[in-house]
Amino acid sequence: MQSLVIVAHGSHLNPDSATPTHTHAETIRETGGFDEVRTGFWKEEPSLRDVLRTARGEDIYVVPLFISEGYFTERVIPRELRLEGWDPDLWDSDGISADTATLVASDIDKEVHYCGPVGTHEAMADVLVRRAESVTGDPSVGEGFGFAVVGHGTERNENSAKAIEYHTERIRETGRFDEVKALFMDEEPEVDDVADQFESEDIIVVPLFIADGFHTQEDIPEDMGLTDDYRTGYDVPAEVDGHRIWYGGAVGTEELTADVILERAADAGADIGNAIERVRQQTKPTTGAAGD
Amino acid sequence: MSTIESRLSETQLAAFRETLAEGAIDHDGLAADYDAETETYQIETPDRQASVGADELGEVAAEQAAYISNWYFYTQQIDSEVTRAFCRWLELAADHPVPDRYAALESGVDREWGQLSITTTISEDGTRHYGVCHVDDSDVEAAALTAHTDPFDARDIGTLDAKGRYRPLRTAPSLDSGWIFVDLTANEVYEAVEAFYPATVVNWYREGRGELDIDHWRDEQDRQSGIYNLITVLPDEAVDWAAAACCEDSQCLKRREWQLSEDEPLAAEGGDGVFPCRGPCSMVVAAGREWAKLERQDTRTYEFELTPSEKEQLEAVIDAVADDEVDEIREADVSNGANRYRVRYLREKRVDDHGNLSGTPTHPDDHEAEDADDSDDHKAEDADDH
Repeated sequence: MQSLVIVAHGSHLNPDSATPTHTHAETIRETGGFDEVRTGFWKEEPSLRDVLRTARGEDIYVVPLFISEGYFTERVIPRELRLEGWDPDLWDSDGISADTATLVASDIDKEVHYCGPVGTHEAMADVLVRRAESVTGDPSVGEGFGFAVVGHGTERNENSAKAIEYHTERIRETGRFDEVKALFMDEEPEVDDVADQFESEDIIVVPLFIADGFHTQEDIPEDMGLTDDYRTGYDVPAEVDGHRIWYGGAVGTEELTADVILERAADAGADIGNAIERVRQQTKPTTGAAGD
Repeated sequence: MSTIESRLSETQLAAFRETLAEGAIDHDGLAADYDAETETYQIETPDRQASVGADELGEVAAEQAAYISNWYFYTQQIDSEVTRAFCRWLELAADHPVPDRYAALESGVDREWGQLSITTTISEDGTRHYGVCHVDDSDVEAAALTAHTDPFDARDIGTLDAKGRYRPLRTAPSLDSGWIFVDLTANEVYEAVEAFYPATVVNWYREGRGELDIDHWRDEQDRQSGIYNLITVLPDEAVDWAAAACCEDSQCLKRREWQLSEDEPLAAEGGDGVFPCRGPCSMVVAAGREWAKLERQDTRTYEFELTPSEKEQLEAVIDAVADDEVDEIREADVSNGANRYRVRYLREKRVDDHGNLSGTPTHPDDHEAEDADDSDDHKAEDADDH
């Protein structure tokens, strides 16, 4: 029996924080790739401390639904899951290349496969592009468009910026969009100056965040000038300094993110049959614009 | 004696034969064995002992058929030991033999798990069926409730309370009503309860086996890092206040089993819930961090001008908020100190333009507020809070 355990941050204040985790868990359940899919949270229930005891499989794959390697993936999650002998060096990562480590979780006295975070997997670039398609309602969007991938920057976590740069470069290499740039909330180039950063009249902006919350729903829309007050909403696209800004919100809410969770588990050795293919087929782009 | 005329299906009989071919069965009052030499089955239940040939298995007495279908349900139709134990608890299996249970299950056996009312019923072949609704709806016609069949719907039902407010603590006694799950299987009822009250069944199971691992407050303190390191400075007496504030039954339906440490019990009530709380939850830790910040302040002596009834009114306001009774105070009940008009009147009279009670400044020496640097906390909570 194979179990998938998705671990995420969650929130005491924002009911939407856990929504992507639950949505992706449900998408994966429907594929039948795992005998069970469990979810655990730092701030919600079941807690990271208790989640492994809710899993029944002999083969357990833990995938952190986090954007980057850092404090949570390297310290909090292994500690709370009680992964004996954990050391970040087991991932042998340069900051964006964590794959998997197999350790005994003393809570359940079984080995678990502890995977790298979803946000740094190469397939996340596909999800960013998928979000560009869904926010514009155009499955072939690209020509004439600029694409901005937005992140925190290095203030909190050096690896966070590395992940942004990594996906930006991957999308740029496809040649699909006229321009692809990384923008940050707390360092140059700043998301506030999005209109100055691009030649293209149309700019797609997608934050590399797991869930919508304070930053993606309040800070970034206001910083970019989409609205003076997030509570009044904003248009998609919104006119800013002669550009049309197609703001996509947190990429982690895109259904295709379920695919990346599966990729992580498969990379760690999970036998999931055609689940990845099924997720790709099921999560067709939606045409509704976000943020209305 | 069961009023249900138990009949065994070919599937059940085949499983029974196959299992006995591997070895004897000893399950819940049923002892059975196969004698290959005489090609007979020995079937023993509390009131009956029978020896039957292979082709007579389908004709066993109703009581024995009930024991066999009970064996089949619990061993062949349930995925895990935890679910098995939970389903047995749901039908009071520890207290009643199979025939009595079958009789009771015919009309339905109700049990409460937090604010869930769970009803177990049985069909002729021994398969159990489970219904779940809010305890407040247990007497409401099912047709008047919103019916659900997917156990994972429970998560969405439990996300907001009746007023649409987010429930970050799933075991708070604020579950909304008006819904019902009908005809769930054993594995599905487990999933529904898991979605309403995560990890409660598995921790209850561990407790029942004497294996519940408890993280006491000091263990929790020792484990923290990042911004939650601060809880290490929360005074011991404040932990008691925190447990009384957050963990009593009026606030959380788990039964708090954690103490200050294994040898240092807390005075606060732990509650009477069915399922245990094995350690301070993230809500208590986050609140504990806030209290740790606040408890760093020294007390000061303030002088306020209040009438006796105004002092009592402040106490009434504290009670109304702490006991979540603000919404129950009638609009025109101005005799209640926490009535909105009464409080607005008090504010007009006793609070100056700077928000100071009785005109008394909070920091008379004009010092900066000590915790003005914490305004970013809600941002930290939303993102990576380290």
